[in-house]
Amino acid sequence: MLRITNISKKFSDFALNEISFTAEKGEYVVVLGTSGAGKSMLLEILAGLVKQDKGEIFLDGSDISHKKIQERNIGLVFQDYAVFPHMSVRKNIAFPLKSKNAGREEINSIVERLAGEMKISHLLERNPETLSGGECQRVALARTLALDPAVLLLDEPLSSLDASVRFEMQSMLRKLNQNGQTIIHVTHDFFEAAALAHKIVVIHEGQVIQTGTPKEIFNNPKTKFIANFTGIRNFFSAKRISENIAILDDKLKVVVAGEKVGQYTNAYFRAEDVVLSKNKLESSIANEFEGTISEIVPNVNSVEVIVDAVLKISAIISIQSYEKMELKTGAKIWVGFKASTIKMV
Amino acid sequence: MTDTSLKYSLFKLTMIFLGGLVLLFIIAPIAGMFISNSGSGLAEVSSNKDVINSIKLTLTVSFFSTVIFAIGAIPLAYFLARNNFWGKQIVSGIIDLPVVIPHSAAGIALLGFVSRDTFVGKAAGAVGLDFVGHPAGIAIAMAFVSVPYLINAARDGFSAVPERLEKAALNLGASPARVFFTIALPLAWRSILSGLILMFARGMSEFGAVIIIAYHPMITPVLIYEWFGAFGLDYARPVATIFIVVCLAFFVLLRAVSSKKK
Repeated sequence: MLRITNISKKFSDFALNEISFTAEKGEYVVVLGTSGAGKSMLLEILAGLVKQDKGEIFLDGSDISHKKIQERNIGLVFQDYAVFPHMSVRKNIAFPLKSKNAGREEINSIVERLAGEMKISHLLERNPETLSGGECQRVALARTLALDPAVLLLDEPLSSLDASVRFEMQSMLRKLNQNGQTIIHVTHDFFEAAALAHKIVVIHEGQVIQTGTPKEIFNNPKTKFIANFTGIRNFFSAKRISENIAILDDKLKVVVAGEKVGQYTNAYFRAEDVVLSKNKLESSIANEFEGTISEIVPNVNSVEVIVDAVLKISAIISIQSYEKMELKTGAKIWVGFKASTIKMV
Repeated sequence: MTDTSLKYSLFKLTMIFLGGLVLLFIIAPIAGMFISNSGSGLAEVSSNKDVINSIKLTLTVSFFSTVIFAIGAIPLAYFLARNNFWGKQIVSGIIDLPVVIPHSAAGIALLGFVSRDTFVGKAAGAVGLDFVGHPAGIAIAMAFVSVPYLINAARDGFSAVPERLEKAALNLGASPARVFFTIALPLAWRSILSGLILMFARGMSEFGAVIIIAYHPMITPVLIYEWFGAFGLDYARPVATIFIVVCLAFFVLLRAVSSKKK
């Protein structure tokens, strides 16, 4: 188990503040944050390449905060792979084994096994300069696994791969984790995190702002930042003024379902739950507002329509509905959403 | 052809013309010297024992001076490429100092440092070594004026090696020494090799600093100067020609080796 407590590090342009979380043995933890949030720096601190200003790192109960890089037993795969360009693939994978003074036969058998697992056996004698990005990444992964690390750190491992290779690598990582490898993976992509993680740690402006399973984070985003990450478009600050009424962003009064009155600070509803109509509906929908279409964003199977109705409200409708309604930017439109679709968090 | 490409080609022609003038300026005196030599003069000089010995001495001393000083210069270059510290600019300035000061002045400074009555001179004397008038003194004078070329080239080479690769190697369990020998040194090797070539070439062509520390044994640049003073241009010219050919041969050979490493 890897336990990180109150890791802080100040840099000229950003800082990590009191980062704490744990990765249980065999757990797949994804650290989620925008680029420049300090995620890569956090990995370098865990690996021992950068010294933290404050905080401790414990691996299986022992404090490794000040241990040498070579003695930490934490392997890091860099975002740009850092494959040694002057060594063949075989020599790259053998590199950590030579550091351990392993015998030639042992080195060969480990290299062959890892190359087999990573499906790069046919590339062993090749020079890295002749490999594709995806192949280089497998070399880097095999090389780090040759260390037999207690924890594997991955820095944006899928971000620069094209869709087909990405999918393959994703299943390779899942398999690796299923075989017992503890993994900490950083990314800026919520869906990548959701596809792999047992646990997601969201970092924003150098701080952990939410930790939980993908489902917990998706269903209960704590801030607008996380909501945006998970694809929720309609996320507002909310004040409950009576049992059934709340004010969103201090501007728009909406009817909410009678949930228990409590300490709510935000509200959200999914863009898929918003109904658009050209005229005011005589219906059971409690919240209806007239607005102007400010933007139309086509997606693969749907269209996102952003309506300026005091607040910007996003609606996702099918392409058929969009075509039937002949929507245009600047046109007047009614938006409606049921009280029960509003979630107070 | 559009107007812009016409303008561009005019511009290009001007550049070629101006650049060509400078190239001609370098080539003309050397070519002129080759042309004004008589075949018999060259043959006579190339079998002259003093000339042969001085060329051998020049090449050998410059070679050893390069190799010996590289042992310290390469680690220094690596240190400068990888570390930022207060006074780094000053250290860089000190390294470039021998390039900008007159070499005769460098020779005087060195003589004051290694002559028989100094601490270094006495210490060397205790083990039977006298820098003044000795190949060791020549080597020191050559190194003094040429080592900046090696340090600067090697530093540029190390700087161009992505630090990320070294970090990866450390993370893969390599000691800092192993990182240096297996990652930094092989990847910076081309730059280091061209630095070595430059240092060697600059060292063997050194005159000003060497003549002050060791007039004898005579390296070729000193021999050329002496023959010019004693016998005139006609005698000095063939020696100069032969030495330039030797220098060029080494230069071309080592350049070829370093570009093969690409």
